[in-house]
Amino acid sequence: MSEEESRLRIARRIAKELPDNAVVNLGIGIPTLVSSFLPEGKGILLHSENGYIGLGAPPPAGQEDPDLVNAGGQAATLVPGSSCFDSSMSFAIVRGKHLDYTILGALEVDEEGNLANYMIPGKFVPGIGGAMDLSVGAKNVVIAMEHVNKHGEPKIVPKCTLPLTAAKEVNLIVTDLAFIRITPKGLVLEEIAEDTTLEEVIKKTSAKLIVSEKLGRF
Amino acid sequence: MKPIKTPQQAVEDIKDGASIMIGGFISCGRPMDVLEAVYQKGVKDLTIISNDTPKGEDGIVKLVLAGRVKKFIGSFIGMNRIMGEKMKSGELAIELVPQGTFVERIRAAGAGLGGVLTPTGLGTAIEKGKQVLEVDGRKFLLEKPLRADFAIVKANRADKYGNGFAAGSSKNFNVAMAMAADHVILEAEEIVEPGQMDPEKITYPSVFINALVKVAKPAKGVN
Repeated sequence: MSEEESRLRIARRIAKELPDNAVVNLGIGIPTLVSSFLPEGKGILLHSENGYIGLGAPPPAGQEDPDLVNAGGQAATLVPGSSCFDSSMSFAIVRGKHLDYTILGALEVDEEGNLANYMIPGKFVPGIGGAMDLSVGAKNVVIAMEHVNKHGEPKIVPKCTLPLTAAKEVNLIVTDLAFIRITPKGLVLEEIAEDTTLEEVIKKTSAKLIVSEKLGRF
Repeated sequence: MKPIKTPQQAVEDIKDGASIMIGGFISCGRPMDVLEAVYQKGVKDLTIISNDTPKGEDGIVKLVLAGRVKKFIGSFIGMNRIMGEKMKSGELAIELVPQGTFVERIRAAGAGLGGVLTPTGLGTAIEKGKQVLEVDGRKFLLEKPLRADFAIVKANRADKYGNGFAAGSSKNFNVAMAMAADHVILEAEEIVEPGQMDPEKITYPSVFINALVKVAKPAKGVN
């Protein structure tokens, strides 16, 4: 499976997880791909932290509106049923537990649900953006990422070594290999990708995994 | 009624060492005409408070490149390499704040509050040096209000009292910033007579605004 196909598989699996009428914020990278798999007619609306609920598809060329961009600064559109507001309201929605899901990328996630995704010490720090507020505030924090880093090292670790974005907030991790729910007992491996093995997933995860009795495939 | 000024007149009182809030998110809702006038005026040692810096060498980045900015407070600088380079060389101090905390600190200043109690940043490097308070069994970080000498904000339309309307996602930080500075300049694409705006559709109440500037050439498309 190509890298792009495995990224799409992560996005497709997360989209399946979203309930009807959920309000969802998608981060940059794999999370953005989730928008391609949102089912029609389920009433799911996308929150864009720069000031609206109801993010639609990019506009056709020539119809870009300078007053409407997504959280990456690219031209955007609104779907029917949208609402626009300022940044204070936008983050009140986030921190006030009105946002059902935030889907974010990660550098590391650990057994306690700690998340590191904004900086590597010694390297240029691009900033924090909305990541800290989103991971603390959303009702459900879902991590969409490759299972290992570019050096082949596990990203799901016993304890994060990188600076944290948020402490104990992650609920779900979906990677190219695994679907893992974070519970008070620890990381529960609920599903593995159709083209991997349980051995491979365990080998590529340095955190302790509790394998579900009803281990599924995705 | 508020004075309608040219960009040059509007920045007349901005002196070396001033702190300036600048509305906008990436390229959206940026008051570029007044920002250019700040550059033309040649003031230095500025503290710039803005969520981010877009790509390119305009606006805030133009001030940074000219060595006029001593400190930048915002949430994200990753859109522009120049910011990182200037930070690394020690020419520019950067304070990074989580985006929600950033806007709420500004709003708190504008709303007369003594600070914000937020869960954002607990257990992270952001907590360092800050008070952690427990309210009804829940922990929060105390984040202090953020004010400035000047705020430069943007609207699509304003009336001569200074009531402003900003469309779509261009409201962003403009609204909180309009509340939190001693002197607020509203740059509008169109300035109309009182009565020509729907009072139910006002983004900024006129009370926050001190001066109006009409944009020379409204933006088209998305950069």
